[in-house]
Amino acid sequence: MGLLEYALLAGLLYGLYFALVAAGLNLIFGVMRIINLAHGDFLMLGAYGAFYLYHLMGWSPLWAIPLEFVVFLALGLPLYYLLVPRLQRSGDPEMRSFILFFGLSQIIEALAVFAFGNDQRSIPSNVFGGHPVDLLGQTFPLAWVLSAVFGLLGIAALYVYLYGSSLGRATRAIMANPDEAAITGISVQRISALTFGIGIALAALAGIFSPFMVGAIQPDLGVGITLISFAIVVIGSLGHPLGTLVGGIVYGVSLMLMQTYLPSWSQMLPFVLLIAILLVRPGGLLGKGVRRA
Amino acid sequence: MLKRWLPSLAILAVTGIGFALVPLAYSNQFLLFNMMMYMALAQGLNIIYGYTGYLPFGYVGFFGAGAYGAAMAISFWHWPVLLAVLGGGLVAVLFGLLLTPLFRLSGAYFSIANLAAAEALFYLVANPHMTALTQGPYGINLPQVYDPNFAYGTMLAILLFAVAASAYLRRSRFGLALAAIREDTVSASMAGIDVVRARAVAWLLSAFIAGLAGATYGWYISVFYPETVFALSITVFTIVFVLFGGQGTVLGPLIGTLLLYGAYNVIGISNPQYFQLAYGILIVVLVLFLPAGLASLLRRRRATDER
Repeated sequence: MGLLEYALLAGLLYGLYFALVAAGLNLIFGVMRIINLAHGDFLMLGAYGAFYLYHLMGWSPLWAIPLEFVVFLALGLPLYYLLVPRLQRSGDPEMRSFILFFGLSQIIEALAVFAFGNDQRSIPSNVFGGHPVDLLGQTFPLAWVLSAVFGLLGIAALYVYLYGSSLGRATRAIMANPDEAAITGISVQRISALTFGIGIALAALAGIFSPFMVGAIQPDLGVGITLISFAIVVIGSLGHPLGTLVGGIVYGVSLMLMQTYLPSWSQMLPFVLLIAILLVRPGGLLGKGVRRA
Repeated sequence: MLKRWLPSLAILAVTGIGFALVPLAYSNQFLLFNMMMYMALAQGLNIIYGYTGYLPFGYVGFFGAGAYGAAMAISFWHWPVLLAVLGGGLVAVLFGLLLTPLFRLSGAYFSIANLAAAEALFYLVANPHMTALTQGPYGINLPQVYDPNFAYGTMLAILLFAVAASAYLRRSRFGLALAAIREDTVSASMAGIDVVRARAVAWLLSAFIAGLAGATYGWYISVFYPETVFALSITVFTIVFVLFGGQGTVLGPLIGTLLLYGAYNVIGISNPQYFQLAYGILIVVLVLFLPAGLASLLRRRRATDER
Protein backbone atom coordinates (compact mmCIF):
# COMPACT_ATOMS: atom_id res chain seq x y z
CA MET A 1 0.00 0.00 0.00
CA GLY A 2 3.07 2.23 0.21
CA LEU A 3 2.58 3.31 -3.40
CA LEU A 4 -0.94 4.66 -2.87
CA GLU A 5 -0.01 6.51 0.32
CA TYR A 6 3.00 8.02 -1.40
CA ALA A 7 0.89 9.17 -4.33
CA LEU A 8 -1.74 10.72 -2.08
CA LEU A 9 0.78 12.57 0.09
CA ALA A 10 2.90 13.72 -2.84
CA GLY A 11 -0.33 14.83 -4.51
CA LEU A 12 -1.23 16.91 -1.50
CA LEU A 13 2.20 18.57 -1.52
CA TYR A 14 1.90 19.29 -5.23
CA GLY A 15 -1.65 20.47 -4.80
CA LEU A 16 -0.76 23.02 -2.12
CA TYR A 17 1.99 24.38 -4.34
CA PHE A 18 -0.16 24.45 -7.48
CA ALA A 19 -2.87 26.29 -5.58
CA LEU A 20 -0.37 29.13 -5.23
CA VAL A 21 0.59 28.82 -8.91
CA ALA A 22 -3.02 29.47 -9.90
CA ALA A 23 -4.03 31.91 -7.13
CA GLY A 24 -3.01 35.11 -8.94
CA LEU A 25 -4.90 34.16 -12.09
CA ASN A 26 -8.06 33.62 -10.08
CA LEU A 27 -7.66 36.85 -8.12
CA ILE A 28 -7.31 38.95 -11.26
CA PHE A 29 -10.29 37.27 -12.88
CA GLY A 30 -12.39 37.68 -9.77
CA VAL A 31 -11.86 41.42 -9.53
CA MET A 32 -11.46 42.52 -13.16
CA ARG A 33 -13.17 39.72 -15.14
CA ILE A 34 -9.97 39.55 -17.14
CA ILE A 35 -8.25 36.39 -18.31
CA ASN A 36 -4.52 36.87 -17.79
CA LEU A 37 -3.14 34.57 -20.45
CA ALA A 38 0.36 35.81 -19.56
CA HIS A 39 0.07 34.37 -16.05
CA GLY A 40 2.60 31.61 -16.68
CA ASP A 41 5.04 34.09 -18.18
CA PHE A 42 5.16 36.07 -14.95
CA LEU A 43 5.83 32.81 -13.17
CA MET A 44 8.67 32.19 -15.64
CA LEU A 45 10.14 35.65 -14.91
CA GLY A 46 9.94 34.94 -11.18
CA ALA A 47 11.79 31.67 -11.74
CA TYR A 48 14.58 33.47 -13.64
CA GLY A 49 14.77 35.99 -10.82
CA ALA A 50 15.39 33.23 -8.30
CA PHE A 51 17.87 31.58 -10.67
CA TYR A 52 20.01 34.70 -11.09
CA LEU A 53 19.84 35.67 -7.44
CA TYR A 54 21.15 32.21 -6.63
CA HIS A 55 23.83 31.86 -9.31
CA LEU A 56 25.14 35.43 -9.41
CA MET A 57 24.64 36.56 -5.83
CA GLY A 58 24.53 33.23 -4.03
CA TRP A 59 21.19 34.11 -2.42
CA SER A 60 18.88 31.35 -1.27
CA PRO A 61 15.54 31.32 -3.09
CA LEU A 62 13.94 32.19 0.24
CA TRP A 63 15.46 35.70 0.00
CA ALA A 64 13.97 36.05 -3.44
CA ILE A 65 10.48 35.92 -1.90
CA PRO A 66 10.28 39.42 -0.36
CA LEU A 67 12.41 40.98 -3.09
CA GLU A 68 10.33 39.62 -5.96
CA PHE A 69 7.08 40.45 -4.24
CA VAL A 70 8.04 44.13 -4.15
CA VAL A 71 9.49 44.16 -7.67
CA PHE A 72 6.51 42.48 -9.34
CA LEU A 73 3.98 44.51 -7.39
CA ALA A 74 5.75 47.63 -8.63
CA LEU A 75 5.75 46.22 -12.16
CA GLY A 76 2.06 45.34 -12.06
CA LEU A 77 0.74 48.81 -11.18
CA PRO A 78 1.93 50.69 -14.32
CA LEU A 79 1.11 47.66 -16.46
CA TYR A 80 -2.44 47.78 -15.15
CA TYR A 81 -2.93 51.44 -16.07
CA LEU A 82 -1.35 50.83 -19.48
CA LEU A 83 -3.63 47.95 -20.45
CA VAL A 84 -6.73 47.42 -18.40
CA PRO A 85 -8.77 50.66 -18.32
CA ARG A 86 -8.61 50.89 -22.09
CA LEU A 87 -9.52 47.24 -22.46
CA GLN A 88 -12.52 47.67 -20.19
CA ARG A 89 -13.91 50.45 -22.37
CA SER A 90 -14.09 48.07 -25.37
CA GLY A 91 -17.26 46.14 -26.04
CA ASP A 92 -16.34 42.70 -24.75
CA PRO A 93 -13.46 42.92 -22.25
CA GLU A 94 -13.60 39.31 -21.16
CA MET A 95 -13.06 37.91 -24.67
CA ARG A 96 -10.65 40.63 -25.72
CA SER A 97 -8.52 40.11 -22.60
CA PHE A 98 -7.84 36.63 -23.92
CA ILE A 99 -6.21 38.02 -27.02
CA LEU A 100 -4.63 41.08 -25.39
CA PHE A 101 -2.86 39.03 -22.75
CA PHE A 102 -1.85 36.45 -25.30
CA GLY A 103 -0.05 39.31 -27.06
CA LEU A 104 1.56 40.33 -23.78
CA SER A 105 2.64 36.75 -23.23
CA GLN A 106 4.31 36.72 -26.67
CA ILE A 107 6.15 39.96 -25.85
CA ILE A 108 7.39 38.66 -22.49
CA GLU A 109 8.49 35.36 -24.00
CA ALA A 110 10.40 37.05 -26.83
CA LEU A 111 12.10 39.49 -24.44
CA ALA A 112 12.99 36.60 -22.13
CA VAL A 113 14.75 34.82 -24.99
CA PHE A 114 16.72 38.01 -25.73
CA ALA A 115 17.62 38.48 -22.07
CA PHE A 116 18.19 34.93 -20.84
CA GLY A 117 18.79 32.83 -23.97
CA ASN A 118 17.08 29.57 -24.82
CA ASP A 119 19.13 27.27 -22.52
CA GLN A 120 17.39 25.34 -19.81
CA ARG A 121 18.32 26.56 -16.31
CA SER A 122 17.91 25.00 -12.91
CA ILE A 123 18.60 25.61 -9.23
CA PRO A 124 20.16 22.65 -7.39
CA SER A 125 17.49 20.97 -5.31
CA ASN A 126 19.77 20.73 -2.25
CA VAL A 127 19.86 24.54 -1.99
CA PHE A 128 17.75 24.35 1.17
CA GLY A 129 19.95 21.62 2.68
CA GLY A 130 19.94 18.05 1.49
CA HIS A 131 17.95 16.01 4.02
CA PRO A 132 14.74 14.40 2.83
CA VAL A 133 11.72 14.82 5.09
CA ASP A 134 9.78 12.03 6.75
CA LEU A 135 6.00 12.47 6.47
CA LEU A 136 3.71 9.72 7.87
CA GLY A 137 6.27 7.06 7.01
CA GLN A 138 7.00 8.33 3.47
CA THR A 139 10.08 10.36 2.54
CA PHE A 140 9.96 13.42 0.31
CA PRO A 141 12.61 15.91 -0.89
CA LEU A 142 12.83 18.94 1.40
CA ALA A 143 12.23 21.25 -1.59
CA TRP A 144 8.80 19.66 -2.16
CA VAL A 145 7.77 20.14 1.44
CA LEU A 146 9.02 23.73 1.48
CA SER A 147 7.18 24.50 -1.76
CA ALA A 148 3.99 23.07 -0.31
CA VAL A 149 4.37 24.96 2.97
CA PHE A 150 5.08 28.16 1.07
CA GLY A 151 2.07 27.55 -1.17
CA LEU A 152 -0.15 27.09 1.85
CA LEU A 153 1.28 30.19 3.55
CA GLY A 154 0.78 32.22 0.37
CA ILE A 155 -2.87 31.20 0.09
CA ALA A 156 -3.39 31.84 3.80
CA ALA A 157 -1.85 35.30 3.50
CA LEU A 158 -4.10 36.07 0.55
CA TYR A 159 -7.08 34.89 2.57
CA VAL A 160 -6.16 37.04 5.54
CA TYR A 161 -5.66 40.02 3.22
CA LEU A 162 -9.04 39.54 1.55
CA TYR A 163 -11.06 38.82 4.68
CA GLY A 164 -9.12 40.66 7.37
CA SER A 165 -8.04 44.02 5.95
CA SER A 166 -10.00 47.02 4.78
CA LEU A 167 -8.28 46.92 1.38
CA GLY A 168 -9.30 43.29 1.14
CA ARG A 169 -12.88 44.15 2.00
CA ALA A 170 -12.92 46.75 -0.75
CA THR A 171 -11.46 44.16 -3.13
CA ARG A 172 -14.23 41.71 -2.30
CA ALA A 173 -16.81 44.44 -2.77
CA ILE A 174 -15.54 44.96 -6.32
CA MET A 175 -15.61 41.20 -6.92
CA ALA A 176 -19.25 41.15 -5.92
CA ASN A 177 -20.36 44.22 -7.87
CA PRO A 178 -18.04 46.90 -9.26
CA ASP A 179 -20.79 49.49 -9.77
CA GLU A 180 -22.12 49.30 -6.24
CA ALA A 181 -18.57 49.34 -4.90
CA ALA A 182 -17.90 52.55 -6.84
CA ILE A 183 -21.07 54.15 -5.45
CA THR A 184 -19.98 53.48 -1.87
CA GLY A 185 -16.82 55.47 -2.54
CA ILE A 186 -14.35 52.69 -3.24
CA SER A 187 -11.76 53.71 -5.82
CA VAL A 188 -12.29 50.82 -8.21
CA GLN A 189 -9.33 51.66 -10.42
CA ARG A 190 -6.85 51.92 -7.56
CA ILE A 191 -7.96 48.72 -5.87
CA SER A 192 -8.00 46.92 -9.22
CA ALA A 193 -4.47 48.10 -9.98
CA LEU A 194 -3.29 46.88 -6.58
CA THR A 195 -5.03 43.53 -7.11
CA PHE A 196 -3.43 43.23 -10.54
CA GLY A 197 -0.01 43.82 -8.98
CA ILE A 198 -0.66 41.28 -6.23
CA GLY A 199 -1.89 38.73 -8.78
CA ILE A 200 1.27 39.07 -10.84
CA ALA A 201 3.48 39.03 -7.75
CA LEU A 202 1.83 35.79 -6.58
CA ALA A 203 2.66 34.23 -9.96
CA ALA A 204 6.28 35.35 -9.65
CA LEU A 205 6.52 34.00 -6.11
CA ALA A 206 5.24 30.63 -7.27
CA GLY A 207 7.95 30.81 -9.93
CA ILE A 208 10.67 30.86 -7.28
CA PHE A 209 9.79 27.27 -6.37
CA SER A 210 9.00 26.11 -9.90
CA PRO A 211 12.49 24.62 -10.55
CA PHE A 212 11.75 22.01 -7.88
CA MET A 213 8.12 21.28 -8.73
CA VAL A 214 7.61 22.01 -12.43
CA GLY A 215 11.02 21.39 -14.02
CA ALA A 216 13.72 23.32 -15.85
CA ILE A 217 13.46 27.09 -16.31
CA GLN A 218 13.19 28.22 -19.92
CA PRO A 219 11.47 31.13 -21.69
CA ASP A 220 8.58 29.06 -23.07
CA LEU A 221 7.77 27.58 -19.67
CA GLY A 222 4.77 29.87 -19.31
CA VAL A 223 2.24 28.45 -21.77
CA GLY A 224 1.94 25.07 -20.09
CA ILE A 225 1.70 26.67 -16.66
CA THR A 226 -1.03 29.04 -17.79
CA LEU A 227 -3.07 26.12 -19.10
CA ILE A 228 -2.66 24.12 -15.89
CA SER A 229 -3.51 27.20 -13.80
CA PHE A 230 -6.69 27.62 -15.83
CA ALA A 231 -7.64 24.04 -15.20
CA ILE A 232 -7.08 24.46 -11.46
CA VAL A 233 -8.98 27.72 -11.25
CA VAL A 234 -11.93 26.44 -13.27
CA ILE A 235 -12.03 23.16 -11.32
CA GLY A 236 -12.29 25.19 -8.11
CA SER A 237 -14.45 27.88 -9.70
CA LEU A 238 -13.43 31.15 -11.34
CA GLY A 239 -13.43 34.19 -9.10
CA HIS A 240 -13.76 32.19 -5.89
CA PRO A 241 -10.73 32.77 -3.61
CA LEU A 242 -10.91 29.44 -1.78
CA GLY A 243 -11.67 27.54 -4.96
CA THR A 244 -8.03 27.67 -5.99
CA LEU A 245 -7.02 25.64 -2.96
CA VAL A 246 -9.63 22.99 -3.71
CA GLY A 247 -8.71 22.98 -7.41
CA GLY A 248 -5.00 22.73 -6.63
CA ILE A 249 -5.46 19.75 -4.34
CA VAL A 250 -7.82 17.97 -6.74
CA TYR A 251 -5.28 18.52 -9.50
CA GLY A 252 -2.21 17.56 -7.44
CA VAL A 253 -3.70 14.37 -6.02
CA SER A 254 -5.11 13.15 -9.32
CA LEU A 255 -1.85 14.02 -11.09
CA MET A 256 0.18 11.95 -8.68
CA LEU A 257 -2.30 9.05 -8.84
CA MET A 258 -2.09 9.12 -12.64
CA GLN A 259 1.70 9.31 -12.61
CA THR A 260 1.79 6.32 -10.30
CA TYR A 261 -0.69 4.09 -12.08
CA LEU A 262 -1.11 5.39 -15.68
CA PRO A 263 1.89 7.62 -16.32
CA SER A 264 1.48 8.08 -20.09
CA TRP A 265 -2.00 9.57 -19.62
CA SER A 266 -1.08 12.01 -16.88
CA GLN A 267 -0.46 14.99 -19.19
CA MET A 268 -3.97 14.69 -20.51
CA LEU A 269 -5.40 14.75 -17.01
CA PRO A 270 -5.89 18.45 -16.20
CA PHE A 271 -7.85 19.00 -19.41
CA VAL A 272 -10.11 15.99 -19.05
CA LEU A 273 -10.68 16.89 -15.42
CA LEU A 274 -11.55 20.45 -16.39
CA ILE A 275 -14.08 19.44 -19.04
CA ALA A 276 -15.62 16.73 -16.87
CA ILE A 277 -16.11 19.08 -13.94
CA LEU A 278 -17.44 21.90 -16.11
CA LEU A 279 -20.00 19.57 -17.66
CA VAL A 280 -21.20 18.29 -14.30
CA ARG A 281 -20.95 21.59 -12.46
CA PRO A 282 -20.72 24.49 -14.92
CA GLY A 283 -19.60 26.86 -12.16
CA GLY A 284 -16.75 24.72 -10.83
CA LEU A 285 -16.70 22.69 -7.62
CA LEU A 286 -17.40 25.65 -5.33
CA GLY A 287 -19.51 27.64 -7.78
CA LYS A 288 -23.23 27.99 -7.30
CA GLY A 289 -25.44 27.02 -10.21
CA VAL A 290 -24.78 28.11 -13.77
CA ARG A 291 -22.61 31.14 -14.10
CA ARG A 292 -23.62 34.00 -16.33
CA ALA A 293 -20.20 35.64 -16.56
CA MET B 1 -31.77 40.29 -54.98
CA LEU B 2 -28.70 40.01 -57.20
CA LYS B 3 -27.47 43.35 -55.91
CA ARG B 4 -27.46 42.03 -52.37
CA TRP B 5 -25.18 39.14 -53.30
CA LEU B 6 -22.98 41.04 -55.74
CA PRO B 7 -20.22 42.03 -53.26
CA SER B 8 -19.94 38.44 -52.05
CA LEU B 9 -19.76 37.09 -55.60
CA ALA B 10 -17.05 39.62 -56.40
CA ILE B 11 -15.03 38.56 -53.32
CA LEU B 12 -15.41 34.89 -54.34
CA ALA B 13 -14.32 35.58 -57.92
CA VAL B 14 -11.29 37.65 -56.94
CA THR B 15 -10.18 35.06 -54.36
CA GLY B 16 -10.62 32.15 -56.76
CA ILE B 17 -8.98 33.74 -59.79
CA GLY B 18 -6.24 35.24 -57.64
CA PHE B 19 -5.07 32.01 -56.04
CA ALA B 20 -5.46 30.15 -59.34
CA LEU B 21 -3.25 32.60 -61.27
CA VAL B 22 -0.64 33.83 -58.74
CA PRO B 23 1.34 30.54 -58.81
CA LEU B 24 2.14 31.30 -62.48
CA ALA B 25 4.07 34.40 -61.42
CA TYR B 26 5.18 33.51 -57.88
CA SER B 27 6.94 30.25 -57.18
CA ASN B 28 6.58 29.87 -53.41
CA GLN B 29 3.59 27.54 -53.52
CA PHE B 30 3.87 26.55 -49.85
CA LEU B 31 3.39 30.16 -48.76
CA LEU B 32 0.33 30.56 -50.99
CA PHE B 33 -1.04 27.25 -49.74
CA ASN B 34 -0.63 28.32 -46.12
CA MET B 35 -2.25 31.65 -46.84
CA MET B 36 -5.30 29.92 -48.34
CA MET B 37 -5.38 27.59 -45.38
CA TYR B 38 -5.37 30.45 -42.90
CA MET B 39 -8.01 32.29 -44.92
CA ALA B 40 -10.25 29.23 -44.81
CA LEU B 41 -9.64 28.82 -41.07
CA ALA B 42 -10.27 32.52 -40.53
CA GLN B 43 -13.63 32.25 -42.30
CA GLY B 44 -14.45 29.15 -40.28
CA LEU B 45 -13.66 30.94 -37.04
CA ASN B 46 -15.55 33.97 -38.28
CA ILE B 47 -18.65 31.80 -38.63
CA ILE B 48 -18.59 30.77 -34.99
CA TYR B 49 -16.98 33.82 -33.38
CA GLY B 50 -17.99 36.64 -35.69
CA TYR B 51 -21.58 35.50 -36.19
CA THR B 52 -22.43 33.82 -32.89
CA GLY B 53 -19.96 35.38 -30.42
CA TYR B 54 -18.42 32.16 -29.12
CA LEU B 55 -14.62 32.29 -29.22
CA PRO B 56 -13.22 28.75 -29.48
CA PHE B 57 -9.66 28.97 -28.20
CA GLY B 58 -9.16 25.34 -29.14
CA TYR B 59 -10.23 25.76 -32.78
CA VAL B 60 -7.03 23.95 -33.81
CA GLY B 61 -8.55 20.77 -32.34
CA PHE B 62 -10.80 20.49 -35.41
CA PHE B 63 -7.85 21.12 -37.70
CA GLY B 64 -5.88 18.33 -36.05
CA ALA B 65 -8.89 16.01 -35.98
CA GLY B 66 -9.30 16.55 -39.73
CA ALA B 67 -5.62 15.92 -40.44
CA TYR B 68 -5.59 12.70 -38.43
CA GLY B 69 -8.98 11.53 -39.66
CA ALA B 70 -7.92 11.83 -43.29
CA ALA B 71 -4.49 10.31 -42.66
CA MET B 72 -6.03 7.28 -40.96
CA ALA B 73 -8.57 6.83 -43.74
CA ILE B 74 -5.71 6.85 -46.24
CA SER B 75 -3.28 4.59 -44.40
CA PHE B 76 -5.76 2.02 -43.00
CA TRP B 77 -8.55 1.88 -45.53
CA HIS B 78 -6.76 3.25 -48.60
CA TRP B 79 -9.55 5.67 -49.35
CA PRO B 80 -9.12 7.86 -52.43
CA VAL B 81 -7.64 11.11 -51.25
CA LEU B 82 -10.61 13.43 -51.86
CA LEU B 83 -12.91 11.06 -50.01
CA ALA B 84 -10.37 10.96 -47.18
CA VAL B 85 -10.35 14.78 -47.01
CA LEU B 86 -14.13 14.71 -46.74
CA GLY B 87 -13.76 12.04 -44.06
CA GLY B 88 -11.36 14.32 -42.19
CA GLY B 89 -13.97 17.07 -42.28
CA LEU B 90 -16.56 14.66 -40.91
CA VAL B 91 -14.25 13.52 -38.10
CA ALA B 92 -13.97 17.18 -37.11
CA VAL B 93 -17.78 17.48 -37.21
CA LEU B 94 -18.00 14.41 -34.94
CA PHE B 95 -15.55 16.04 -32.53
CA GLY B 96 -17.68 19.17 -32.73
CA LEU B 97 -20.84 17.17 -31.94
CA LEU B 98 -19.06 15.69 -28.95
CA LEU B 99 -18.34 19.21 -27.74
CA THR B 100 -21.84 20.63 -28.15
CA PRO B 101 -22.48 20.32 -24.37
CA LEU B 102 -19.87 23.07 -23.98
CA PHE B 103 -22.49 25.53 -25.23
CA ARG B 104 -23.98 25.38 -21.76
CA LEU B 105 -20.96 27.45 -20.79
CA SER B 106 -20.57 31.04 -21.77
CA GLY B 107 -17.88 33.60 -22.36
CA ALA B 108 -14.48 32.69 -20.99
CA TYR B 109 -15.70 29.33 -19.68
CA PHE B 110 -16.53 28.24 -23.21
CA SER B 111 -13.17 29.39 -24.58
CA ILE B 112 -11.21 27.67 -21.83
CA ALA B 113 -13.19 24.45 -22.02
CA ASN B 114 -12.75 24.35 -25.78
CA LEU B 115 -9.02 24.90 -25.39
CA ALA B 116 -8.91 22.08 -22.85
CA ALA B 117 -10.77 19.82 -25.27
CA ALA B 118 -8.23 20.48 -28.03
CA GLU B 119 -5.35 19.82 -25.62
CA ALA B 120 -6.98 16.60 -24.43
CA LEU B 121 -7.39 15.43 -28.04
CA PHE B 122 -3.74 16.28 -28.70
CA TYR B 123 -2.53 14.21 -25.75
CA LEU B 124 -4.83 11.38 -26.82
CA VAL B 125 -3.44 11.32 -30.36
CA ALA B 126 0.18 11.80 -29.26
CA ASN B 127 0.08 9.12 -26.55
CA PRO B 128 2.63 6.35 -27.10
CA HIS B 129 -0.11 3.85 -26.21
CA MET B 130 -2.05 4.95 -29.29
CA THR B 131 0.75 4.02 -31.68
CA ALA B 132 -1.24 1.27 -33.38
CA LEU B 133 -3.95 3.76 -34.30
CA THR B 134 -2.34 7.21 -34.65
CA GLN B 135 1.42 6.46 -34.65
CA GLY B 136 1.44 8.34 -31.33
CA PRO B 137 4.31 10.83 -31.07
CA TYR B 138 6.10 9.32 -34.10
CA GLY B 139 4.00 11.16 -36.63
CA ILE B 140 2.21 10.40 -39.86
CA ASN B 141 3.81 9.68 -43.21
CA LEU B 142 1.69 9.70 -46.37
CA PRO B 143 4.05 9.32 -49.36
CA GLN B 144 1.46 7.33 -51.32
CA VAL B 145 -0.78 10.34 -51.90
CA TYR B 146 1.85 13.09 -52.20
CA ASP B 147 0.63 15.53 -54.89
CA PRO B 148 1.15 19.19 -53.97
CA ASN B 149 -0.58 20.65 -57.03
CA PHE B 150 -3.73 18.60 -56.52
CA ALA B 151 -3.73 19.47 -52.81
CA TYR B 152 -3.30 23.15 -53.69
CA GLY B 153 -6.38 23.02 -55.90
CA THR B 154 -8.34 21.22 -53.20
CA MET B 155 -7.43 23.86 -50.61
CA LEU B 156 -8.57 26.55 -53.04
CA ALA B 157 -11.93 24.78 -53.35
CA ILE B 158 -12.20 24.59 -49.54
CA LEU B 159 -11.38 28.28 -49.23
CA LEU B 160 -14.08 29.17 -51.76
CA PHE B 161 -16.55 26.98 -49.90
CA ALA B 162 -15.66 28.74 -46.63
CA VAL B 163 -16.04 32.19 -48.19
CA ALA B 164 -19.36 31.22 -49.74
CA ALA B 165 -20.62 29.84 -46.43
CA SER B 166 -19.55 32.97 -44.61
CA ALA B 167 -21.18 35.20 -47.23
CA TYR B 168 -24.38 33.18 -47.06
CA LEU B 169 -24.47 33.50 -43.28
CA ARG B 170 -23.90 37.23 -43.46
CA ARG B 171 -26.66 37.98 -45.94
CA SER B 172 -29.25 35.26 -45.44
CA ARG B 173 -32.22 35.00 -43.10
CA PHE B 174 -30.37 32.32 -41.15
CA GLY B 175 -27.43 34.70 -40.68
CA LEU B 176 -29.79 37.35 -39.32
CA ALA B 177 -31.08 34.80 -36.84
CA LEU B 178 -27.53 34.10 -35.70
CA ALA B 179 -26.85 37.81 -35.28
CA ALA B 180 -30.02 38.12 -33.22
CA ILE B 181 -28.86 35.28 -30.98
CA ARG B 182 -25.46 36.88 -30.57
CA GLU B 183 -26.92 40.22 -29.53
CA ASP B 184 -29.63 38.93 -27.21
CA THR B 185 -30.27 35.23 -26.80
CA VAL B 186 -33.45 35.57 -24.80
CA SER B 187 -35.17 37.97 -27.20
CA ALA B 188 -34.10 35.84 -30.15
CA SER B 189 -35.68 32.73 -28.71
CA MET B 190 -38.84 34.70 -27.90
CA ALA B 191 -38.94 35.81 -31.55
CA GLY B 192 -39.22 32.14 -32.48
CA ILE B 193 -35.62 31.38 -33.39
CA ASP B 194 -34.45 27.88 -32.49
CA VAL B 195 -31.35 29.06 -30.64
CA VAL B 196 -29.85 25.64 -29.96
CA ARG B 197 -30.24 24.44 -33.53
CA ALA B 198 -28.97 27.62 -35.17
CA ARG B 199 -25.91 27.72 -32.96
CA ALA B 200 -25.18 24.04 -33.56
CA VAL B 201 -25.38 24.48 -37.34
CA ALA B 202 -22.88 27.36 -37.26
CA TRP B 203 -20.63 25.43 -34.88
CA LEU B 204 -20.57 22.24 -36.95
CA LEU B 205 -20.09 24.17 -40.19
CA SER B 206 -17.16 25.94 -38.62
CA ALA B 207 -15.72 22.61 -37.41
CA PHE B 208 -16.25 21.06 -40.85
CA ILE B 209 -14.25 23.83 -42.56
CA ALA B 210 -11.36 23.47 -40.08
CA GLY B 211 -11.42 19.68 -40.53
CA LEU B 212 -11.28 19.93 -44.33
CA ALA B 213 -8.43 22.43 -44.08
CA GLY B 214 -6.54 20.21 -41.63
CA ALA B 215 -7.01 17.13 -43.80
CA THR B 216 -5.73 18.92 -46.89
CA TYR B 217 -2.81 20.42 -44.98
CA GLY B 218 -1.77 16.96 -43.78
CA TRP B 219 -2.05 15.67 -47.32
CA TYR B 220 -0.05 18.59 -48.74
CA ILE B 221 2.91 18.28 -46.36
CA SER B 222 2.47 14.46 -46.17
CA VAL B 223 4.76 14.11 -43.13
CA PHE B 224 3.53 15.53 -39.85
CA TYR B 225 3.52 15.08 -36.08
CA PRO B 226 0.83 15.68 -33.46
CA GLU B 227 2.62 18.93 -32.50
CA THR B 228 2.35 20.14 -36.10
CA VAL B 229 -1.39 19.91 -36.52
CA PHE B 230 -2.39 20.65 -32.91
CA ALA B 231 -0.15 23.71 -32.47
CA LEU B 232 -1.94 26.30 -30.35
CA SER B 233 -0.34 28.95 -32.56
CA ILE B 234 -2.69 27.91 -35.40
CA THR B 235 -5.69 28.94 -33.31
CA VAL B 236 -4.05 32.14 -32.21
CA PHE B 237 -2.88 33.15 -35.69
CA THR B 238 -6.40 32.57 -36.94
CA ILE B 239 -8.01 34.61 -34.16
CA VAL B 240 -5.63 37.48 -34.71
CA PHE B 241 -6.18 37.44 -38.47
CA VAL B 242 -9.94 37.57 -37.95
CA LEU B 243 -9.72 40.35 -35.36
CA PHE B 244 -7.33 42.37 -37.45
CA GLY B 245 -9.54 42.22 -40.51
CA GLY B 246 -12.78 42.54 -38.60
CA GLN B 247 -15.03 39.79 -37.29
CA GLY B 248 -18.55 39.35 -38.56
CA THR B 249 -17.71 40.44 -42.12
CA VAL B 250 -16.85 38.40 -45.20
CA LEU B 251 -13.94 40.48 -46.42
CA GLY B 252 -12.35 41.14 -43.00
CA PRO B 253 -10.87 37.69 -42.35
CA LEU B 254 -9.49 37.54 -45.91
CA ILE B 255 -7.84 40.97 -45.76
CA GLY B 256 -6.59 40.33 -42.23
CA THR B 257 -4.89 37.09 -43.29
CA LEU B 258 -3.50 38.59 -46.49
CA LEU B 259 -1.86 41.51 -44.70
CA LEU B 260 -0.72 39.80 -41.50
CA TYR B 261 0.37 36.49 -42.96
CA GLY B 262 2.18 38.50 -45.62
CA ALA B 263 3.84 40.60 -42.91
CA TYR B 264 4.78 37.40 -41.07
CA ASN B 265 6.72 36.23 -44.09
CA VAL B 266 8.36 39.62 -44.61
CA ILE B 267 9.50 40.01 -40.98
CA GLY B 268 10.94 36.60 -41.50
CA ILE B 269 10.82 33.21 -39.96
CA SER B 270 14.63 33.32 -39.75
CA ASN B 271 14.45 35.40 -36.58
CA PRO B 272 11.63 33.95 -34.51
CA GLN B 273 12.14 36.21 -31.48
CA TYR B 274 11.89 39.40 -33.47
CA PHE B 275 8.80 38.04 -35.10
CA GLN B 276 7.29 36.97 -31.80
CA LEU B 277 7.99 40.39 -30.31
CA ALA B 278 6.55 42.29 -33.26
CA TYR B 279 3.57 39.99 -33.29
CA GLY B 280 2.89 40.42 -29.59
CA ILE B 281 3.09 44.19 -29.84
CA LEU B 282 0.80 44.15 -32.86
CA ILE B 283 -1.81 42.13 -30.97
CA VAL B 284 -1.70 44.43 -27.95
CA VAL B 285 -1.98 47.58 -30.03
CA LEU B 286 -4.73 46.04 -32.14
CA VAL B 287 -6.93 45.08 -29.20
CA LEU B 288 -6.42 48.41 -27.45
CA PHE B 289 -6.81 50.76 -30.39
CA LEU B 290 -8.69 48.98 -33.17
CA PRO B 291 -11.05 46.62 -31.40
CA ALA B 292 -13.39 46.05 -34.35
CA GLY B 293 -10.70 45.47 -36.99
CA LEU B 294 -9.82 47.09 -40.31
CA ALA B 295 -13.31 46.58 -41.67
CA SER B 296 -14.62 48.97 -39.00
CA LEU B 297 -12.48 51.77 -40.48
CA LEU B 298 -14.16 51.31 -43.86
CA ARG B 299 -17.60 51.16 -42.33
CA ARG B 300 -17.03 54.22 -40.17
CA ARG B 301 -15.96 56.23 -43.24
CA ARG B 302 -19.01 55.08 -45.16
CA ALA B 303 -21.28 55.96 -42.26
CA THR B 304 -19.91 59.51 -42.05
CA ASP B 305 -20.21 59.95 -45.83
CA GLU B 306 -23.87 59.10 -45.72
CA ARG B 307 -24.49 61.57 -42.96
